[in-house]
Amino acid sequence: MNSIAVTADGIGEAGASSPEAGLDIHDHSDVKDYETVGEPFVEDPKMSARNVNVYYADKQAIMDVSLDIGKNEVIAMIGPSGCGKSTFLRTLNRMNDIIPICRVEGNINLEDQDIYRGDQDTVLLRARVGMVFQKPNPFPKSIYENVAYGPRIHGLAHSKAELDEIVEKSLRRASLFDEVKDALDKPGTGLSGGQQQRLCIARAIAVSPEVILMDEPCSALDPIATARIEELIDELKERYTIAIVTHSMQQAEVGDTKEVFTMPKHELTENYITGRFG
Amino acid sequence: MQTSTVFLVLVALSFVGFLVGRKRSHAVAAGVGGMHLLHSLPKHYGYMAALWAGLPALLLLVLWMAFEARVVHNLVVAELPAQVQQLHHSELGLYYNQIVSYATGSSDATLLDENQLSAAEHYRELMSNSGLMKALLVCLVAIIGALLAVQRVSPALRARNHVENIFKWILFTCSFIAVLTTLGIVLSVLFEALRFFQSIPVTDFLFGLQWSPQMAIRIDQVAASGSFGFVPLLVGTLLISMVAMVIAVPVGLMSAIYLSEYASRQFRAVTKPLLEILAGVPTVVYGFFAALTVAPFIRELGESMGLTVASESALAAGLVMGIMIIPFVLSLSDDIINAVPDSMREASLGMGATMSETIRKVLLPAALPGIVGGILLAVSRAIGETMIVVMAAGLSAKLTANPLEAVTTITVQIVTLLVGDQEFDSPKTLAAFALGLVLFFVTLLLNIVALYVVRKYREQYE
Amino acid sequence: MSKESFTNTAAIQASLKKRYAREKRFQWYGRLAVLTGFVFLFILLADIVGKGAPAFTQQYIKVTVEFDPDRLGVEPGASDEELRKADYLGVVKSSLRAMFPEASGRQEKRQLYRLISIGAEYDLRDYVLDNPELIGQTLDIWLLAHAEAGAYLKGQISRKIPEGDRRVKDIQMQWLDTLREQGRTESRFNTLFFTEGDSREPELAGIKAALYGSFFTLLVTFLLAFPIGVFAAVYLEEFAPRNRLTDLIEININNLAAVPSIVFGLLGLAVFINFFELPRSAPLVGGIVLSLMTLPTIIITSRASIQSVSPSIREAALGVGASPLQTVFHHVLPVAMPGILTGSIIGMAQALGESAPLLMIGMVAFIMDVPGGVTDPSTVLPVQIFLWADSPERGFTEKTSAAIMVLMGFLIVMNALAIYLRRRFELK
Repeated sequence: MNSIAVTADGIGEAGASSPEAGLDIHDHSDVKDYETVGEPFVEDPKMSARNVNVYYADKQAIMDVSLDIGKNEVIAMIGPSGCGKSTFLRTLNRMNDIIPICRVEGNINLEDQDIYRGDQDTVLLRARVGMVFQKPNPFPKSIYENVAYGPRIHGLAHSKAELDEIVEKSLRRASLFDEVKDALDKPGTGLSGGQQQRLCIARAIAVSPEVILMDEPCSALDPIATARIEELIDELKERYTIAIVTHSMQQAEVGDTKEVFTMPKHELTENYITGRFG
Repeated sequence: MQTSTVFLVLVALSFVGFLVGRKRSHAVAAGVGGMHLLHSLPKHYGYMAALWAGLPALLLLVLWMAFEARVVHNLVVAELPAQVQQLHHSELGLYYNQIVSYATGSSDATLLDENQLSAAEHYRELMSNSGLMKALLVCLVAIIGALLAVQRVSPALRARNHVENIFKWILFTCSFIAVLTTLGIVLSVLFEALRFFQSIPVTDFLFGLQWSPQMAIRIDQVAASGSFGFVPLLVGTLLISMVAMVIAVPVGLMSAIYLSEYASRQFRAVTKPLLEILAGVPTVVYGFFAALTVAPFIRELGESMGLTVASESALAAGLVMGIMIIPFVLSLSDDIINAVPDSMREASLGMGATMSETIRKVLLPAALPGIVGGILLAVSRAIGETMIVVMAAGLSAKLTANPLEAVTTITVQIVTLLVGDQEFDSPKTLAAFALGLVLFFVTLLLNIVALYVVRKYREQYE
Repeated sequence: MSKESFTNTAAIQASLKKRYAREKRFQWYGRLAVLTGFVFLFILLADIVGKGAPAFTQQYIKVTVEFDPDRLGVEPGASDEELRKADYLGVVKSSLRAMFPEASGRQEKRQLYRLISIGAEYDLRDYVLDNPELIGQTLDIWLLAHAEAGAYLKGQISRKIPEGDRRVKDIQMQWLDTLREQGRTESRFNTLFFTEGDSREPELAGIKAALYGSFFTLLVTFLLAFPIGVFAAVYLEEFAPRNRLTDLIEININNLAAVPSIVFGLLGLAVFINFFELPRSAPLVGGIVLSLMTLPTIIITSRASIQSVSPSIREAALGVGASPLQTVFHHVLPVAMPGILTGSIIGMAQALGESAPLLMIGMVAFIMDVPGGVTDPSTVLPVQIFLWADSPERGFTEKTSAAIMVLMGFLIVMNALAIYLRRRFELK
């Protein structure tokens, strides 16, 4: 288990998770001289980023980041808001492509294939590298249809029975099945916040991705729901490679975490790590 | 005296009221020891006097104008010989119109009889008396109003609050006009429609399969019943509206999807206003286009394929109506699709769905209620549209579902029945109001349902 | 697990080609839809401009006119009264006969006379009234061509059409060709179109009466709808208590915005014409009806504009002791005014293009005379278009399109003004 705290130096001077926010970038130039803590490189990585720069129009959001994501490990990225964590996460499955003003430089490889090479296919990439978002965003469809969505569009199930099986398996892995097994045809939007987020995780799992990216998956949840998700992430690391952006030290230290944080020299980051920002 | 002159005199009187009121407040102030002892500023006392002078008199003037013609009408008719008064209502109306047009100098005496000439004299006399009385009364009311207001000026009078209260009432009255308009529509249409239903049973109207109103010119000719069957009009209206929707919904919806999900910002900024020009084109222009360009084109096209196409086919009218409605569907669906949160797009794209899969399987199902609401609004537009069908659709009430044939619509019949000389108590003209009643309630219902659906839809994402 | 993902990758890869094809197709549907909209717009505009442009020119024929006192039935030095009653039509006819003596028989002569507009008679009369010394002289005068002859001269009538199917006969074409060769035909800008009222003869018909009618109608509409609309918006935004009555008013405004325009016509007919006996066909009633129709638009846009005024302005005014009413009229309304004007102009543009309700209240009359006030019988531009569109003569089709171009010109100017105001408003 390898947790990495990427502080200001690693992920550029500013960043944003959406184009709107991209126009309203907080200036964190004062945290420039901080170092990445923990070990950014591993042997035989699942994904590896080298010298990645991301720009929104003229504004640079990520400055020269290099990082490996090892097989079946959970890598957690923490840092102050707007420092570019989400942006970095989104470059890993090219979600930034939908923002017209966003430009990515450098190499990002998924098992030795450069995902930004011209012939790389975003559909396949995103099926292999799934994503869970900050706010639970189930589709306004039934629970079943939410989970079945991915397998359906990718044509992964050849029969109804097969699809049922995938849906059940995914819901079980997201430890949601027991709660919703009698209500599979109820709308997914009717679940509680925590359940919705687990539904979104089940939806992501349903296409059997190799990597799951999670963008502050618990930030919109109450502490109990958060605890459930954290537990779940711990279980999921058995099967999937997970990259998670978080605000919570606890998630960064999930499992048997070795000492990965050196004491940051900057007050903002220090406050962060010691949890004063909540 | 001319109404405009009376109005100007009234404005002048109000102004004088203002001056006197203000002067009076100065005088009162001097009496009690200074302006600061008065509740309001001098100008407020002035405004108060002006309003008291102007408002009641203005109200009187408007009412006088509204009822003048009617009262004079009754007075003149009352003086006519008995056998003239016995005339049928519609003939009497014509008789009276001749009197008026002679009296006002818009026609000469050649067609008039003795009685009419003397009645015309009577009419002129009444009108000039009425004019004089109007002017006198209005001025009198204005002066009394101003005097009363000036009389009341005292240090304790809260003139400013008083003036503001009057103003708030004026503002309220303005907004209440919307309610009065609806009431006016409902009452006028309902009242005439009820008169219609006295001679034609409601069931015959609602379920009759034949519409040929030209046969019944007067009440006594109505005998041939079944000529006021509303069904063919409804079918015709729906047929044309359906053709319009078949054009407008796919084009409008797909354009909205393309412009909001695929097109670049610049392309959208140029394209959308251009397409919205279609919404600003007057309907009479579409009617002309439909009747003189599209209908002949469709007929020739059909004939070249061996089809018989009526020269006023439902297809032509519907097609052009569809073009008119495109921008309406476009901007409604654009709003609705943009209201779907971005997180839905991200969720779908993030799993590897293509954009079109995201649109078809996530965005459209999510936006469906809103789009349905928008389409209902568009249908209500199509049903109420008049000029295109008046100019390009036919008059024969055929019960058919074939868009190549000529059909007629509710609005066409309203126009046909009411344009030109009309007598106000033949079922023929009253039928137009019955149709208006149906039209009003059908469109009202569609709008209420549509607005409800759209509002519910929006609340879901707020 | 790795086996699982491997099969998935293969399965997805296999389906990709099909899915991308579908994606491409879908995008093309979108492009096609936008294109369809454009094509419709283009055809509509091109059709109208194509049909209407020729109406802005008119053909004149130079006729050698002999002001023969006998033919006219007047002596040289006759009084104006006598001159007015003289037989100018006879002069036109004899002049034409003199130019084409080969025309024989009633039929041919009638065709000969139909080269010149019947309006020429009145032009000659006015000309002679201005220059009485002309009696007894012979001179070349440009006379307005008949609409059909004009259409031939403009090249709109082909000889290929069988003679029976066209109104300009072979012999008329011959004469016209001769005239053209002699340099006796001329094309001029059609001023009559802007200076005349309606007419039964296409070449004499103009839009002046309709333009005045539209002006008076819009004047009434604006004088009623603008103050009432703004006051109503002020009340609803600033003073209305939250209660059932206010809700009722708001629901009514929203519903009125969607009531078909023809229903307003029924209201006008039943209430203003039949109950209050206001004059039929008058801009007064038309204006009242249109103002009721545009009120919702003005109220809704004015409310939006008032809403967008920053609360700090209100607070500042209230803070220095202004009453709520003073605050609104001195501070809020001036700031909101560009937005209110934008909405009002859009409402007026709607009213200008509207015709259905006006048909109900009798503004479909044949109006030759320019109305002088809001109670004179009039028609409006869109209704004039409607009337002309119904006339079978070719000349009127052309006039209709030209009138549409004028109407659309006004609408474009109004909308451009609205856009300009909105832009300026947004900059603030």
